[in-house]
Amino acid sequence: MRKGLTWFNITSIVLGFAFLYIPILLLVIYSFNASRLVTVWAGFSTQWYWALLENEQLMDAAWVTLRIAFFSSLVATVLGTMAALTLTRYGRFPGRTLFSGMIYAPLVMPEVITGLSLLLLFVAVNFDRGFWTVLLAHITFTMCFVAVVVQSRLVTFDRALEEAALDLGCPPFKTFFKITLPLILPAVVSGFMLAFTLSLDDLVIASFTTGPGATTLPMRIYSQVRLGVTPEINAVCTILIAIVTVVVIIASVMTKRAENQRQAEERAAMTG
Amino acid sequence: MAADKARKETIGAVRRSFAPWTDPTKTPLIRFENVVKRFGDFTAVDHVSLDIYEREFFALLGPSGCGKTTLMRMLAGFEEPTEGRLTLAGEDLAGVPPYRRPVNMMFQSYALFPHMNVEANIAFGLKQDKMGKGEIDARVEEMLKLVKLEKFAKRKPHQLSGGQRQRVALARSLAKRPKVLLLDEPLGALDKKLREETQFELMDLQMDLGMTFLIVTHDQEEAMTVADRIAVMNNGVLVQVAPPSVIYEQPASRYVADFIGEVNLIEGTITQASHDETRISSPVTRFPLVVAQTVACKAGDTACIAIRPEKLRIALEPPADPSENLFEGEIWDIGYLGDLSIYHVELACGQRIKVSQPNLSRMVARPISWDDKVWVTFAPHAGVVLT
Amino acid sequence: MAMAGEKGRGRWFVIAVPYLWLLALFLAPFLIVFKISLSQDVVAQPPYAPTLDLAQGWAGFTEFLSGLSFANYGYVLDFSNEFLEAYGSSLIIASISTVLLLLVGYPIAYAMARAPRSIQPTLLMLVILPFWTSFLIRVYAWIGILSQEGLLNQALLALGVIDTPLEILNTNLAVYIGIVYSYLPFMVLPLYAALEKLDLTLLEAAADLGCPPAKAFWTITFPLSLPGVAAGALLCFIPAVGEFVIPDLLGGSDTLMIGKSLWTEFTVNRSWTVSSAVAVLLLLVLVIPIVVYQNIQQRELEAGK
Repeated sequence: MRKGLTWFNITSIVLGFAFLYIPILLLVIYSFNASRLVTVWAGFSTQWYWALLENEQLMDAAWVTLRIAFFSSLVATVLGTMAALTLTRYGRFPGRTLFSGMIYAPLVMPEVITGLSLLLLFVAVNFDRGFWTVLLAHITFTMCFVAVVVQSRLVTFDRALEEAALDLGCPPFKTFFKITLPLILPAVVSGFMLAFTLSLDDLVIASFTTGPGATTLPMRIYSQVRLGVTPEINAVCTILIAIVTVVVIIASVMTKRAENQRQAEERAAMTG
Repeated sequence: MAADKARKETIGAVRRSFAPWTDPTKTPLIRFENVVKRFGDFTAVDHVSLDIYEREFFALLGPSGCGKTTLMRMLAGFEEPTEGRLTLAGEDLAGVPPYRRPVNMMFQSYALFPHMNVEANIAFGLKQDKMGKGEIDARVEEMLKLVKLEKFAKRKPHQLSGGQRQRVALARSLAKRPKVLLLDEPLGALDKKLREETQFELMDLQMDLGMTFLIVTHDQEEAMTVADRIAVMNNGVLVQVAPPSVIYEQPASRYVADFIGEVNLIEGTITQASHDETRISSPVTRFPLVVAQTVACKAGDTACIAIRPEKLRIALEPPADPSENLFEGEIWDIGYLGDLSIYHVELACGQRIKVSQPNLSRMVARPISWDDKVWVTFAPHAGVVLT
Repeated sequence: MAMAGEKGRGRWFVIAVPYLWLLALFLAPFLIVFKISLSQDVVAQPPYAPTLDLAQGWAGFTEFLSGLSFANYGYVLDFSNEFLEAYGSSLIIASISTVLLLLVGYPIAYAMARAPRSIQPTLLMLVILPFWTSFLIRVYAWIGILSQEGLLNQALLALGVIDTPLEILNTNLAVYIGIVYSYLPFMVLPLYAALEKLDLTLLEAAADLGCPPAKAFWTITFPLSLPGVAAGALLCFIPAVGEFVIPDLLGGSDTLMIGKSLWTEFTVNRSWTVSSAVAVLLLLVLVIPIVVYQNIQQRELEAGK
């Protein structure tokens, strides 16, 4: 059977990717527009990028967002990995069903509910809202995503490797750091990246749980977007897109290179 | 050459006389005492008592799910017995975690650490013992030499062939000089030819190192080849524990007779049970059957004769020797394997038996062909009575 | 797989930390929401009553219990308030969007699965890449395109297709476009995963047995891709029901979606008790697809073994 592409296939791919990328492309292009009117092209200019640097509110928000994203995804990665181990390794224990429910539910829980419920908790325990509450909220909802990513790696993990380490005299705790962790590291890192972007991206939960002095970038963008499209926002978005694109491309090139090298080595072993 | 000859003589001498299980003064190295292992409702190992002696090459043989792997994993410490006691060199192993047991295991999947090279894999266990660096290096080198992988020390597992990986796994599990080496289906992933070669290498290695090996396998030929003694397991129970020749020639039950090799089972009734001779009448043949064996049965009991296909002979004419047991039949099917031919013979009652005959000379035309009337015979000492 | 020595303190530590975290920050908040949904608004701090006063002991507890009522649920379920309509319209919008996503996503996923092996990873990365960029940004990008004087209208006017600008932004159509655009990777990925696994010799066998390609698609390929269809549909449907940002930014004042209603109830009307009741009911609406989704997830994990 033909494995190749028919014209219908090629058209679907081209139209599909056009749909995915043209809006982003337009946004990027218009961030270099000299005119304040977003819809009229008045020549190339980088003025909006310079204007950003002077927009202290926006810079502050960016800094808050990055700090929250970094620390929350760090903690979420640790907690999520522990949760994944619990789900895949520890068999039955009291309350296991509740635990797996609490891991999966946040993945599909509408953000408005997660946000509202966390806010009501912080109010009930009289916790001052701000940086720390957003951090706690982000750890909670992103750790579940980390858990799922790491878990899907752990279920395919050959447990004989851990048993071999134990058999050779390596205690369980050390086995985790010497054998398990190095081998699941790619999944843990992608869990971290996922948690980081989710945190960076979150508007709804942060809006509910934040307080004075902890306005995040999406909240700032959102409040400006509601007033209409401005080239400054286009510029902010372009910078964010550029960062993400560069990071994702570097990451995928690196994994691709590692994969190629591994295949080459395997071929060498077969022939050699 | 001289060294080879000397080595051959010592090994031969040891092999010929090695049978500690017959010596009541010897204490076993490993003792399973009434060991039971349950997983929920399922009983994987059911009251197993088994002694394994120092320097023995012991095989656990059985179909998948018979409990042989669970038995081995209890010794390694990956499972705790539900009931019973397990001792190693007199020491009770209860509660001793796998990383504190002086046994090492070679895993079925080899379980080589993919992020470490060959050297690091072999050194891994030694490092856990806080051995000095010089000593580790020396031991790793020794192990690499032992498995002939000196040139591959810096390779990662995925850069090795299947046979090489198997050797690394072996070297890694031997490096700590364990009291017992556990081998879980160690050759399952190799192709047939390499597997047969490696079986003999394993035997020599075990002899040279003077270590105790416990192998789990479902491959009866492998168990027969390498082991001093075989334990046949079924449904969590030990069915028979004996040297390979006893298992094959004097199976303790129909299960063992049927599980090891090919066998024909001839049902019948004992007509006479005297010393060294049992007479049986069977509906499959009009002639009385005689087996040179003492049985603990009396006349009138039902019994069955187990007879291996290669111990039957087939001819177009009735035999001259009147002491031979005799069947009449018709050729139903012939399988020509080159070295052997397998004949399926249908007896008068409808039961079919298998006869294998070596093809001693080059076959030009079939001496015996489809639908030929044939005589199948066997000597009184060729069969075994099972009750 | 009880392993000797593994039942130690380490195991309990690994279980307990994430467990307690989720109990405190996922389950407890939700119980609080449920409790508040049974309370009444008051002008106080906190702005709801009754509150549980443990100092009063058992009497306080019974008083607390008797103070609870389902009044808020009555309010939410009353036809004269727009909540019921919002639930219904959310479900409709989510359903239509899911169908649209399937129609758009299936051909893309199919073409990706049939593309030469060498370019498949690149195509996959191109589908995932937009997901890594901010959701908000992607929705925002459409405002500039769909607005009255936006790029789409300009282009259509310039081409002479239309005479007067179309009103797309602030309509339900814009919401559909926004949802399809934002959720497309979630639809394409599970579909691709299912189609990519398909053994092409099955189609050869079908052709060999006299089945034309179009029929083979409907009798072989499509049924075998159904697990992917189900996963993709649920992955898009569930969050679409509770969506807030897209209807808020792209929809009009008449676009009713329950996520937006909840937000408005909380931030504008400032009724914590009614918004809690809305949240509880929204979750009830989603329980069935969530359970279905979990089952599929579980099956995939087990199949992955």
